[in-house]
Amino acid sequence: MPIEVNGKTYETDEEGYLTNIQEWETGVADVMSKEDDLELTDEHWAIIKFLREYYEEYQIAPAVRVLTKAVGKKMGKDKGNSKYLYGLFPYGPAKQACRYAGLPKPTGCV
Amino acid sequence: MSETIKKFLYLNRKAPYGTIYAWESLEVVLIGAAFDQDVRLMFIDDGVYQLTTGQDTTGIGMKNFSPTYRTLGDYEVKNIYVDKDSLAARGLTPDDLVRIPWEDWETEEEIENIVEVVDTARVSELMEESDVIFSF
Repeated sequence: MPIEVNGKTYETDEEGYLTNIQEWETGVADVMSKEDDLELTDEHWAIIKFLREYYEEYQIAPAVRVLTKAVGKKMGKDKGNSKYLYGLFPYGPAKQACRYAGLPKPTGCV
Repeated sequence: MSETIKKFLYLNRKAPYGTIYAWESLEVVLIGAAFDQDVRLMFIDDGVYQLTTGQDTTGIGMKNFSPTYRTLGDYEVKNIYVDKDSLAARGLTPDDLVRIPWEDWETEEEIENIVEVVDTARVSELMEESDVIFSF
């Protein structure tokens, strides 16, 4: 189902992930999070930005375990744990945050 | 969690593009790594091209997935082997290959590069000691 962001239409797959990751803009995350009744804070944006950078470098959306470790390494142990990340993204930090970031569903997620 | 940790060896024998084998193998490894098994990768024959640096896929319209190999350490793959003779036969040296770091997040033990070039005898030995071998 396509989503509307600032008058522009973005194609998504059946699970709501953007079809073309190059097309992403921050408005995509705003629209998606509104649908989930989630208000994005700077802490959410930090993870979304981190995922975009991770994808840019490794061409892959990391599994949740790997994301947790990578966040811990880059942003500190207080953030690199499931409690913190699930607190931000209750539907699963990898799945939900990757969707907001315009990335594909993480490899290995079902 | 599984009580028995089995040794899985993924044999990668084909060039990265032209067939789907290389990408499929990598995906299976990334998925399988979540299951606490001992996962090892071996690159042999044209498979050694999968680990070469400086790949450029713009001309063939395929995604260049070679940067993804560098995350294998994050996925707790600790052993990556490259067959020495296959490298030599293609005029490649270890310097042409990507470096894959590994780190234990608990103990902070670090290995700078887990890619290891091995000779034929060691290749046989590694196959011998594996419980499961997947050939791609």
